[in-house]
Amino acid sequence: MARTPIGLVGAQPDPPFEITFDGRPVPALPGQTLAAALWGAGILAWRTTRDGGRPRGAFCGIGQCYDCLATVNGEPNRRACLVPAHPGDTITTQEGHGHDRLGV
Amino acid sequence: MPTRETSDVIVIGAGVVGAACAHYAALAGLSVTVVDRGYVAGGTTGAGEGNLLVSDKEPGPELQLALLSTALWTELADRLPPTVEYEAKGGLVVASGETGLHALREFGARQEKAGVIAHEVPGDRLHDLEPHLAPGLTGGFHYPQDAQVMPAQAAAQLLRAAGDRVRLALGEEVTGLLTGAGGAVRGVRTATRELHAPYVVNAAGTWGGALAELAGVHLPVLPRRGFVLVTEPLPRIVRHKVYAADYVADVASGSAALQTSAVVEGTPAGPVLIGASRERVGFDRTLSTEVLHRLAAGATALFPVLGTVRAIRTYLGFRPYLPDHLPAIGPDPRAPGLLHACGHEGAGIGLAPVTGQIVAACITGAEPPLDLHPFRPERFDATAP
Repeated sequence: MARTPIGLVGAQPDPPFEITFDGRPVPALPGQTLAAALWGAGILAWRTTRDGGRPRGAFCGIGQCYDCLATVNGEPNRRACLVPAHPGDTITTQEGHGHDRLGV
Repeated sequence: MPTRETSDVIVIGAGVVGAACAHYAALAGLSVTVVDRGYVAGGTTGAGEGNLLVSDKEPGPELQLALLSTALWTELADRLPPTVEYEAKGGLVVASGETGLHALREFGARQEKAGVIAHEVPGDRLHDLEPHLAPGLTGGFHYPQDAQVMPAQAAAQLLRAAGDRVRLALGEEVTGLLTGAGGAVRGVRTATRELHAPYVVNAAGTWGGALAELAGVHLPVLPRRGFVLVTEPLPRIVRHKVYAADYVADVASGSAALQTSAVVEGTPAGPVLIGASRERVGFDRTLSTEVLHRLAAGATALFPVLGTVRAIRTYLGFRPYLPDHLPAIGPDPRAPGLLHACGHEGAGIGLAPVTGQIVAACITGAEPPLDLHPFRPERFDATAP
């Protein structure tokens, strides 16, 4: 079991639900951000850079650095550290700007 | 801090025009000191889109300058490093009705007589050039000579490529001009020192009028504000510089009131740049949501796909506007030793190389590449010929 602050703060969250990351089920708690849920499942990278395809995930964790961008329910460039998880959310690894299909 | 305080030429302004003046003067064998109160490309150069356009220019002296400069840019693109992002992408002007297309046809025919290449594109072929363009446009004109650079890099690389004949004095504001016998200009004074040169070039852009005042001469450069809206990085979805036919009329207008027309272009870095607005509001840097709203509406009308992506930031700049829309280029007979190279309005990136070449020719006594009479800096004096 991953270490979490739940015990430390005596939290009693509502029951967990499921989201998916690249098709794989990931548990999330109500109020958790997508980044927190992914981290809780040991997933650290969910985007690749435009130049060089290097892996990226949460860095600042407070919405400032834009490193944690992910494609959420088909919409690219969502800041995973700010977007709350909802049951059934699908997160997919975002390649670069996430808009390849628009290219001509 | 440079130790030598004397050079052949002092250029005031480290924007793209000042950089080009320094570049061509250095190529001609002159030593140059470039003084700027800020940094390289810190004024209007850094606030532009980097357009090198012939398509928006009426036949006349400015178009002559643009055609000469377009050829120089082609040559510079081979000499400067790829970071200047020179792209010979071409321009596409589109009309949404028969009246607009007729006006474009007439405009293009006159431009072709002046040496511009312009091809009419029927409405049903526009999507071959720009697949994301809105349906239902009447037609347009393709201008293969239009190109683009990254303007801040262009200024910086023009300076760097000039080698060690060019020295930079950045963060130093010119507070006065030094004059000698007979009122001849022989240098500049900054807050901390005096710099000496027999020639001083006013490449201060939108602030060129204030600089002229230091020399005791009149040059009515006015700021014409423009905003650019920047999207998130995207794949290439816009291939050309694409703009609506009414842009040409807006560029040529002298109105102080807000004018906007849709101008859309991609960049090698990914973001799409959306312009263009024009208004005369002094040096007011207040964000105008009305302008941004109109820019976004115009761009999404041309390219509906832009309605599905995010605008992530905006920037603004002040075009250096002279009342007859022509720059001031060449020696000032009212202040011997002073030359002007400013007032290029929204065309400074495109016109910089030819301006630099003219300034270098004037200083070395070479023949300038065209008649300078339309650009003479004293033309706004009441007694001017």
